[in-house]
Amino acid sequence: MTLLAVERMKLFTTRSPWWCAVLALAVTVGFAALMAGTASAESPITIAATQFGYGFGLMVVMVMAALAITTEYRFSTIRATFQAIPNRTAALLAKTTVVALLAAVIGEIAAFGSWGIATVIEPTADLAINTPFEWRAIAGIGAVYGFAAVIAVSVGVLVRHSAGAISVLLIWTSLLENLIMLIPRVGRDIHQWLPFNVAHQFVTGDPDPSARAIQDGPGLSDAVLSPWPALAYFAGFAVVLLVIALTVANKRDA
Amino acid sequence: MTLLATERIKLFTTRSPWWSTVLALGVTVGLATMVGLTHDGPRPLTLTQTQFGTQFGLMVILVMAALAVTTEYRFATIRATFQAIPNRTAALLAKTTVVALLATVLGEIAAFGSWAAAKITATNTDLALTTADDWRRVAGTGLVYGIAAVMAVAVGILVRQSAGAISVLLIWVMLVENLVGLIPRVGADIQEWLPFIAVQRFLGNPGPDAVLGPWASLAYFAGVTAVLLVAALGSAAKRDA
Amino acid sequence: MIEATGLTKHYGRTVAVDHLSFTVEAGRVTGFLGPNGAGKSTTMRMVLGLDRPTSGDVRIDGKHYRDLKLPLTTVGALLDAKWVHPNRSARAHLRWLAKATKLPRKRVDEVLDLVGLGSVANKNAGGFSLGMSQRLGIAAALLGDPKVLLFDEPVNGLDPEGILWIRRFMHRLAAEGRTVFVSSHLLSEMAQTAQDLVVIGRGKLIYQGTVSDFVENATENTVLVRSPELTRLADLLRADGVQVVEDGDSIRVANLASSAIGELAAAHRIVLHELNPQLGSLEEAFIQLTGESVEYHAHDKEPTA
Repeated sequence: MTLLAVERMKLFTTRSPWWCAVLALAVTVGFAALMAGTASAESPITIAATQFGYGFGLMVVMVMAALAITTEYRFSTIRATFQAIPNRTAALLAKTTVVALLAAVIGEIAAFGSWGIATVIEPTADLAINTPFEWRAIAGIGAVYGFAAVIAVSVGVLVRHSAGAISVLLIWTSLLENLIMLIPRVGRDIHQWLPFNVAHQFVTGDPDPSARAIQDGPGLSDAVLSPWPALAYFAGFAVVLLVIALTVANKRDA
Repeated sequence: MTLLATERIKLFTTRSPWWSTVLALGVTVGLATMVGLTHDGPRPLTLTQTQFGTQFGLMVILVMAALAVTTEYRFATIRATFQAIPNRTAALLAKTTVVALLATVLGEIAAFGSWAAAKITATNTDLALTTADDWRRVAGTGLVYGIAAVMAVAVGILVRQSAGAISVLLIWVMLVENLVGLIPRVGADIQEWLPFIAVQRFLGNPGPDAVLGPWASLAYFAGVTAVLLVAALGSAAKRDA
Repeated sequence: MIEATGLTKHYGRTVAVDHLSFTVEAGRVTGFLGPNGAGKSTTMRMVLGLDRPTSGDVRIDGKHYRDLKLPLTTVGALLDAKWVHPNRSARAHLRWLAKATKLPRKRVDEVLDLVGLGSVANKNAGGFSLGMSQRLGIAAALLGDPKVLLFDEPVNGLDPEGILWIRRFMHRLAAEGRTVFVSSHLLSEMAQTAQDLVVIGRGKLIYQGTVSDFVENATENTVLVRSPELTRLADLLRADGVQVVEDGDSIRVANLASSAIGELAAAHRIVLHELNPQLGSLEEAFIQLTGESVEYHAHDKEPTA
């Protein structure tokens, strides 16, 4: 618990997490407001459509999580950290936990905030959260953000440079996964198992037949796993990356 | 010319342009090779399919170009630069030129390299560069990389932080421009006028009802970039180094 | 007590520290002396468990740094004053360190007052001058009230006032009975603060012992002698196996007390015009000892253009 408190203090006494949190919330909720405000009678706003900005929030959260560790390397405070807490695994796990929790909280606020603002702007639209699909489409975002933050921290530990880590993360999630899909024959098969595509399946996958116009939401995933195994797969990927990062950090000079 | 030589020396004596080069060329040509190797079926491999990796190269170029200026702020070498060359506009223009030239060269190598790699590895292809449009869609990549590098340098000058500049650029290009199209009613119209959507028109085959033709789209992209560069130079001249 | 045995660190093909063994005695100030690039900082990082030795071992009171419980209560260190987040306030920086060491919050304000940063505690560390950063680093080192303190080049780049402050602080820490291990590339600085010395060059141990022994051993004692019968005196001295260097109208006699030279001259009825013991400076002694092991030699050339 002490270590968690330490990392919480470190995170919140710098500016970048605040900026990132505000930006993530502003953009996701703002986007939902825009969607609701421009909805019309023939294409009413749906629950899925309130969450269009979630991909954007995900990027911001990953940048935040990567920065939480790369700035420690940048300013060499990682050395002060390891001096105070020589058990590097414990110190880095505490940081990962705090960052992941913050990311999950941002995700939930962003998701419910987006949904909430849509219900305010379009009170007549049917935005009641009833089905498991609808719950996942909103509440599931926190889980995706949380594990994505674990991935981002791990990449940050491995790369140690802000620019490098952010480039790897953003290009991987927003571009490379899609580009791989374009390879003839094998591309689609590989794409089905790429982590962020699978994570997307948790949020958008398995729509129940009664759900309204799901095509109005974020694009669907082509992953073959059903939603909950998809989340487990994504979490597993995050954990594997984290284990590699911790091993490397333990071997390396600080 | 002295200024250009100075900036060339500065750029190539650090590591990031080198690994950017390796990454940009390796991944684009590598993807094209994979496309060539895995391609089969009745339909011949098209030019478009050989070039899809250049999008990745574009991101690497943006990162490289932004870093070329943000690392100067990071290590305060920008002060040494302005000490040696008090005319900031000249110094920054020289840097922009060198970075843009490098990006252009990389773009041409990436585009023709991808085209050649696919042509060699695939059996059933239709990759002859016959029309002016074909040439534009391959050779145009260099122009796009060059102008995009200028934009990234401008953003780098304005933001001055590596993490911030890279996040802004990548999120803008890969995410914001796509998300905007999703806004009901107005989204699609706005999207037509976003700079990197214009790039896609230039490198693609826009239909006759597109808002701008391919070359007009490139000019538009260059115009947006020029505005950003002027803003960046203006703020750099005013600001404390 | 800090004990290093066979400590070695390679970075690729560069050998930064080479089979270094030394002990830093408890309750004394030990200077860690060597030219720039000799491996002092690397050694200190290994003491703190930040860098892994390629081989060998270093222990604090018999324990590896990694095995210390709440290490900041045992060892405090200031390796680099700039190891702080520029957008974090001085107080916030110390507070997370205090939390990690399970220290009460009021300890943070105590050490801030101790180093005289109380009034700027809520300012961001990024805006601090080097002197202020150094004070913040010392505050962090003292936070856990440790018995052992490490300082890496603490006076580097400071103004005279800052240097004086640090020097007084070292004396005070020593007077409180703490073990202080402080590195420097300036012998004169060490002569003012340290009792013991560990001298290294190119990663290897050159000397370990007290400061006064070092000065005595390392300073080559020569005596300048002038006499109308210089050649005869020189021959007499050489006959006794003493090293003599002729230097114009005088000679330099190495490693023989001036009294002995005077008595020899008197015994042979030689008139002396001058009998002048030459004491080498500390810096000379240091350069003499480490000269061969300086990593980067400046070439004695006139700058061109």
